[in-house]
Amino acid sequence: MAGIEWVRDVDEALRRARESGKLVLADFSAAPT
Amino acid sequence: MIDDHFVPLKIHIKEQPQQFQRFGATWTPTQLLLDANGREQFRIEGFLPADDLIAQLELGLARIDFESKRYPEAERWFHEVEERHPAAGAAPEARYWEGVAAYKLSQDASHLKKTALDLTRRYPESEWTRRASVW
Repeated sequence: MAGIEWVRDVDEALRRARESGKLVLADFSAAPT
Repeated sequence: MIDDHFVPLKIHIKEQPQQFQRFGATWTPTQLLLDANGREQFRIEGFLPADDLIAQLELGLARIDFESKRYPEAERWFHEVEERHPAAGAAPEARYWEGVAAYKLSQDASHLKKTALDLTRRYPESEWTRRASVW
């Protein structure tokens, strides 16, 4: 999933979801960053 | 597709292990679709190539509409999964649920029969074809 601007904070993602009406896509990863 | 429908949230095991526990993520990669209250709506576990992953995300959107009884929207999403990603693992599952959504909407059992025939023709080896075999 290249080129995506990821949010790193759960509360911030939920806040944006509330504002936009979108769902949160939470990607749980162990891949090297 | 992702920006149109989702707020993308990355949670790395080394940075936020407590969030793995909070959301019950026991393997990586795991993708969860969460509503704005943080409730899990759909789960994808294990690596998928890009096309399969997008198909699964669209399947998730379809299932969420289906569970909320928004059958016309669900039917459209299920149909799009099959049309856009015919080789993806999600395609036969989408075809199965498209038939169910059409049946729920119309109460016409011929949708189920047609779905079973379609699955047999297009995905003869799929578990979803076997699930539809009683129709």
